[in-house]
Amino acid sequence: MSETFILIPGRTSKQGCGISEGKFTEGYQSEINLLQVSPRDMQRLALAEGERVRLTSETGAIEVAVTAAKGDELPPGLLFIAYGDLSSRLMGGDTHGSGMPTSKGLDVVLEKIG
Amino acid sequence: MTSSLFKIAGGTVYDPTNGVDGQVRDLWIADGRIVAAPTDPTVRPERTLDASGMVVMPGGIDMHCHIAGPKVNVARKMRPEEKRVAEKVMRTATTHSGTMGSVPSTFATGYKYAGMGYTTAFDAAIPPLAARHVHEEFDDTPCIDKGFYVLVGNNHYIMRAIQEQEPERLKAFLGWLLSAAKGYAPKIVNPGGVEVWKQHQGGNVHSLDSVVEHFDVTPRQIIRGIALAAEELKLPHRMHIHANNLGLPGNWTTTLETMKALEGHGGHLTHIQFHSYGGGDGDEDTFNSKARELAEYVNSHPNITIDVGQVMFGKTTSMTGDGPLGYYLSNVYKSKWFSSDTEMEAGCGIAPIEYKNKSLIHSLQWAIGLEWYLMVEDPWRVVMSTDHPNGGSFMAYPQIVRLLMDRTWRNDVLKTVNPLVLERSSLGDLDREYTLNEICIITRAGPAKILGLKHKGHLGVGADADITIYTPHDNKEVMFELPRYVIKAGQMIVELGEIRDPVRGKTLHVSPDYDHGVEADIADWFEKYYSIRFRNYPVTEDYMHEHETIACEE
Amino acid sequence: MSIATKKNTAPDPSLKIVQDATCTFCGCVCDDIDLSVKDDHIVEAKRACVLGKSWFFNHHTDTRPNCLISGQPATIADGVERAAQILAGAKYPIIYGLSDTTCEAQRVAVGIGDWIGGNVDTTTSVCHGPSGMAFQGVGEVTCSLGEIANRGDLIIFWGSNPAESHPRHFTKYSLMPKGMFLPNGRKDRTCVLVDVRKTKSAKAADIFLQIKPRKDFEALWVLRALAQGLELDAASIEDETGVPLSAWQDLMDRMKRAKFGVILFGMGLTMTRGKHLNSEAVLALVRDMNAYTRFVAKPMRGHGNVTGADNVVSWQTGYPFGVNLSRGYPRFNPGEYTTADTLARGEADAAMIIASDPMANFSQAARTRLAAIPYIALDPKETPTTRAATVAFTTATYGINTPGTVYRMDDVPIPLRPAFDSPHPSDFEVLSQLERRVKQLKAAVRIG
Repeated sequence: MSETFILIPGRTSKQGCGISEGKFTEGYQSEINLLQVSPRDMQRLALAEGERVRLTSETGAIEVAVTAAKGDELPPGLLFIAYGDLSSRLMGGDTHGSGMPTSKGLDVVLEKIG
Repeated sequence: MTSSLFKIAGGTVYDPTNGVDGQVRDLWIADGRIVAAPTDPTVRPERTLDASGMVVMPGGIDMHCHIAGPKVNVARKMRPEEKRVAEKVMRTATTHSGTMGSVPSTFATGYKYAGMGYTTAFDAAIPPLAARHVHEEFDDTPCIDKGFYVLVGNNHYIMRAIQEQEPERLKAFLGWLLSAAKGYAPKIVNPGGVEVWKQHQGGNVHSLDSVVEHFDVTPRQIIRGIALAAEELKLPHRMHIHANNLGLPGNWTTTLETMKALEGHGGHLTHIQFHSYGGGDGDEDTFNSKARELAEYVNSHPNITIDVGQVMFGKTTSMTGDGPLGYYLSNVYKSKWFSSDTEMEAGCGIAPIEYKNKSLIHSLQWAIGLEWYLMVEDPWRVVMSTDHPNGGSFMAYPQIVRLLMDRTWRNDVLKTVNPLVLERSSLGDLDREYTLNEICIITRAGPAKILGLKHKGHLGVGADADITIYTPHDNKEVMFELPRYVIKAGQMIVELGEIRDPVRGKTLHVSPDYDHGVEADIADWFEKYYSIRFRNYPVTEDYMHEHETIACEE
Repeated sequence: MSIATKKNTAPDPSLKIVQDATCTFCGCVCDDIDLSVKDDHIVEAKRACVLGKSWFFNHHTDTRPNCLISGQPATIADGVERAAQILAGAKYPIIYGLSDTTCEAQRVAVGIGDWIGGNVDTTTSVCHGPSGMAFQGVGEVTCSLGEIANRGDLIIFWGSNPAESHPRHFTKYSLMPKGMFLPNGRKDRTCVLVDVRKTKSAKAADIFLQIKPRKDFEALWVLRALAQGLELDAASIEDETGVPLSAWQDLMDRMKRAKFGVILFGMGLTMTRGKHLNSEAVLALVRDMNAYTRFVAKPMRGHGNVTGADNVVSWQTGYPFGVNLSRGYPRFNPGEYTTADTLARGEADAAMIIASDPMANFSQAARTRLAAIPYIALDPKETPTTRAATVAFTTATYGINTPGTVYRMDDVPIPLRPAFDSPHPSDFEVLSQLERRVKQLKAAVRIG
């Protein structure tokens, strides 16, 4: 299967703490390598907690583990990931004359792997 | 230890403080100061500058400008559009690059003041919460000595002390605050009005006796309370006043009331041009000059000094600690608008503006400024200013000199402005022309005296060796815009506008004696309402690089 | 990580107490932290939030070399020499980062940019740079954070999630404080959150409006229209924004009723399609609201001294970020002189990265370029950027090891109170040495 979503990369407390703890620590790495999916989308797509998926944007592709977003934090159709190496790989280099690449609200295609 | 002797020989010296009016004299310099000529005729200076045929004056002093701190820096960020077309300040092997426009970058500010023969400048409106920022910018503003005035006219602690009738507490607080900020003088901006602006849509006070809600005080009480405290603290520059109702038609009565509210105490009314308007209700048909009425009051009241706030035609940026004024101007000009309120202390308004010589209002503003220079009889009590950048850039000073010294040219310019000016002001009837000595008074000797700077503004023994040397020219604008040499603390820093030695310059501040017992009360109040800690508020010594504490004494 | 939270009262003589220390992790710049320091470890950080505690507890002294050249330990002097040669010899050198260091260091860094005729840009360009551009268009009505604490009775967070990014903002500045005109604190305020997802900040809000992603601009203009009293089509407004018109009208009624309204906006606006136009819509709306009541806006700035970086770059060059000095004077053009662009387009041929991690945070095209050119990195921590640097300096941590000045998100300058010394030099020290050497090299070129 493959389906289009809108991806919101953003800050989290764990990601913020991880910057101080060190970017090569496990805590930081696991936080930025985790994709939040709304529980309804998890169920609909039969995604299991920790299952790896492929996300592809106009610019890049990553593989990442999924987790169900808490409660109603995420509406269906939206994905969330903590800022970091992986989220940046999906971001384009063009800033449309603003200096700021479009870093939130990215169109991505989600595919199950295997 | 005496450093090498430096002699400026044979110049035509103007030193009004010491009664020297265009006489040929030698000046001797050592250790950055003027020294007496050696009595031993065999002593030779290590260096001599032949100034024969040239005009020698003390370095210029701008006692009211906006050159550093949060408001100025916001204006820099806000106006990229004017910099791209402005003069470029190029990097050299020893000087930084910079940008001009109405709000130059820090390095450019220092270089340009010095290039024009000014060696001292005071920023006129700093919220003490941002004092640290100003000291940082000052450190990047080379070539000139500088200081700043601390905004106090809407300070909550002061208004509370007035409300509770505690003049001693007010005095101690003022002493503490000036010391904490490492500032130079108390500044009142639209007393009480900024606090009302913070409380209400479009809020302001409208007369000296309007009541400021919550604090239950009036502008008149604020002015009087601070004037008294400043006098008892023996501040070298008592109080710098931006009166209520700036820019509004009919505001001259408020200005007159403000002068009266001083009740004989010393006070400096700044950019008085903006406060000298007749007429009413924003009606262009009634707007007129009341400079004569106000100047008569000033002429008969020696406790009052003024600077003008001359308007010059062209584009500039309005910036003020008067929040409601910024709102008013942005609505008049439909321009972009910045406003920022500082907790417990102050406000701020910024908007781009353009003064047009076809506009009756702008032409009158221009004329009223000139009336003020020409109507105040005692040049020691009127100071040249554009309220940079509000009326125009400090770079316009040479042009103002020419307007004052050359009646023919002044009348030529008068013919190019809105013709109704001839009816609504008396500029056309004024034929006074300033002498070089009087120019020297209103640009250096006078401001030094008003600021209580005993070692500046003159060339007597012991004075700072801040000296500007001009090549005489019939066109006084040409003469004053490009001095031949500028010497700062004995160092040659500028030749023909080019920076030779970008010295750092020092910060001038006061440290008045006050009752330290008040600090516990301030701390309690502070921790309750401020968003930073009391301990982190005062500017510590390590922010002061080269600096000098100016004594508080009679 | 070892955190000893002692509750016993006997003072430990080996414990050093630093009162009212300043946390520089985020733009809140809390200056009320009481640190307990033992053996070059901070063992307690009273009043710090979760991010602040992590900041204070994880910057120990370490034994990493002060300098690495191509991954090999080197002296600082050798590192400075190599760095100076790289920067002075480049055709289009860029300086980037700066938001996590002191103003004292920033001032030197901008000076270096001037002497080498390079580019100076800060992390502002990928944070609230778009808000800075919006500000240049319409201005801004704003205030210091204490004004919000003392007067703000309607607090709107838009596209920002302070619960995770600025944890003490609620308690210290915006929601909980009992202010001069709000004696009952939280009870006297209404809090509204507008976001595309129901973030952890929603718990703190009285009203949550979940808008459709990438529709901030449209939603803000709905409010601008309602402020003017224009009639809007309910069906299309809800379809467009995801929120019923009645909810927008209710919000506008509250905004007009408020005595002192506040919009605190985050990167949900600046990083999303529309960027500076989104920020401009907020700033214009807030300006409009001042015809009805008092209203202010403030961007929620992220890094501890990103606001200082804006200030320093502005006072030295006249422009806030994205400044080019190659013609001998400052020019400004976001999109041209901003780092995401100069790298992604392959223009920069050398770089100095100060306290920032573009190797993790930039687009692939930008990273590829940075990896291909010689560059210098200064950072207290090891990051993907320091690992790939030609010259990497391990520097002391600002606020923990070094004094200096930082500017809070509302431009209030705050001093730092370091807790203990670092074996590493400060950014200021390294940059000062580098500035001297670069000036020498450039002067030699001029003469030669």
